[in-house]
Amino acid sequence: MKKNSYKKYLRTHKLPHIWCPGCGHGIILGAALRAMDELDLDPYKTVAVTAIGCSARTNAIMNCNTIQTTHGRSLTFASGIKMVRPDLTVLLFVGDGDGAAIGGNHLIHAARRNVDLTTILLNNSIYGMTGGQYSPLTPYQKTASTSPYGNLEQDFDVCKLADAAGASYVARGIAHDPRHLSRLIRNGIEHKGFSFIEAVSHCPTYYGRRNKFSSPFEIMRWIKEKSVRVKPENYNFSQDMDEAIPVGVLSKRDIPEFTDEYRKLVEKLQKGDEA
Amino acid sequence: MNPENKVQFLQGNEACALGAIAAGVRFFGGYPITPATEIAEVMARELPKLGGVFVQFEDEIASIGAVIGASVAGTKAMTATSGPGFSLKQENLGYAIHVQIPCVVINVMRGGPSTGLPTLPSQSDVMQARWGTHGDHPIIALAPNSVRECFDLTVRAVNLSERFRIPVIILSDAIIGHVREKVTLPKKEELLLVERKKPTVAPEDYKPFEDDGTGIPPMANLGEDYLFHITSNNYDDEGFPATNDHEIADRRAKSLKNKIERYRNEIDDVDLFMVEDAEVVIVAYGSTSRSARRAVMMAREQGIKAGLFRLKTIWPFPYEHLKTAAESANHLILVEMNMSQLDSEVRSATHGLDTRLHGLHQSNGMLITPYQIYDSVKGLV
Repeated sequence: MKKNSYKKYLRTHKLPHIWCPGCGHGIILGAALRAMDELDLDPYKTVAVTAIGCSARTNAIMNCNTIQTTHGRSLTFASGIKMVRPDLTVLLFVGDGDGAAIGGNHLIHAARRNVDLTTILLNNSIYGMTGGQYSPLTPYQKTASTSPYGNLEQDFDVCKLADAAGASYVARGIAHDPRHLSRLIRNGIEHKGFSFIEAVSHCPTYYGRRNKFSSPFEIMRWIKEKSVRVKPENYNFSQDMDEAIPVGVLSKRDIPEFTDEYRKLVEKLQKGDEA
Repeated sequence: MNPENKVQFLQGNEACALGAIAAGVRFFGGYPITPATEIAEVMARELPKLGGVFVQFEDEIASIGAVIGASVAGTKAMTATSGPGFSLKQENLGYAIHVQIPCVVINVMRGGPSTGLPTLPSQSDVMQARWGTHGDHPIIALAPNSVRECFDLTVRAVNLSERFRIPVIILSDAIIGHVREKVTLPKKEELLLVERKKPTVAPEDYKPFEDDGTGIPPMANLGEDYLFHITSNNYDDEGFPATNDHEIADRRAKSLKNKIERYRNEIDDVDLFMVEDAEVVIVAYGSTSRSARRAVMMAREQGIKAGLFRLKTIWPFPYEHLKTAAESANHLILVEMNMSQLDSEVRSATHGLDTRLHGLHQSNGMLITPYQIYDSVKGLV
């Protein structure tokens, strides 16, 4: 792979991006672009789907088919695309609001249906675009503009949710380690079935500032220090990790993929072999 | 299920499904809801045989989201629902209008608000069809009044959506959806099908929303020869967000409105029955128009000059057609199974005429009978 050859997946004339200095999202996009480059994906046969918020700003600058949809609904649009064009590689970039709050139901059911989509959830623990409100992934007692006295709600493990719902590939990476994250994304794209990758990002502007992190690097280091590499064969989602963040492939299984199953049904019916 | 040119005994909902299939719909995303479910059931059975895709989604929002995705990817796509589900679809319906994605949404109307009267007919979503989603927007809505027309207007809905790059709504109701009638469906070669206009420029010159002079930009299918971006934000001709540019926003708002206004002659569709010499003109659509037609005949038998102005296209509202029809009438009666939702449209259409306006409205889940309408007519002359 040539140095910087991933740049062919960028609409460079649409740069610069709009993310704040120190944001983790650009690093995560870079990791995804490198994964695309390693797989040599054809931009014409690749679709990047986003919804609303800071995470949604990934795809307008990507050089492939790009669709930005309504808040939380990107998985529904992407499902429709994949179901009629199974030959296309479909990637999603969603935020913690998109994926864990307003679009939580779609995440559960896309995972259960096991449609061959690769979903990257950029988790910055906050609603950044609207100015720093708490999300379902804001940790307990952390501060946001709508939890000025500390978050009273419990956050949850969105990877555990995806796994329980039936996602056939679940992984977590961090912006501090883009090479590892890129590998996780690449494996997710290669995996036939619903792949879910939580990419732990950070929001220095809202989350960091309100929660006493003095710099973007300080949040990144804090996340890095809490992260622990795990392997699917010796990891289970219920184990007590204390405060640690498990990273790596968390679970993987081979189960029938939806569009494959559908194609088989069509073939069977068209042979006149009606079930 | 679909032997052409053979007499069949079909339900309105089945005819909608068969019309969609005949028009080339090959993706259906749905969610069960009374009284629309039969449409999904027919699609579930028939689409895979044709290589099409039927999926029952987790909710109404997902089903229209997937319909839009499938349409962007080049497949004619449809969903069907009723009141509560139609409410849930509104946000994504607005997205499809905004980004100009063809699709068809069938609303088999039942009594509302809320869960309301789930198994009983109503016409109370007429205004929701017009203004249910937020923001300035055009819409096309058609109202069938028979099983055969469920077929025909669904074909027409698919055609109009492809032609004008806009979602088209079918406003059916629990009576029209469930009634069974003897019908003969047209042969495939008798149908005129419309396909969306594709770009012909070099890929590097393609601007997905640039006006080519027709007001309806050519639409590339995703995954073919053109790379493009679409966004829920206000967008420029290239499809990229333009959220702080008043000039572009102004152009976008006007172009969305004008692409429909400009082609009213292709969209407007009214059915006139004995209107020419009528002293009393009844305005009706959908199931109530059947009662109204009967009432007209009853009145004529009694020597009363009554006529029926039936809306087959409800939105955009055919103001000019109604004005012409009402000009020589003394009385006009708007008959709807709602609390007079189209009253202001009828008033606008007839503004300045001497015609007196009356209404016959009920929203109790019961069909307005021919006798009720006949009594109203008789009371006026």
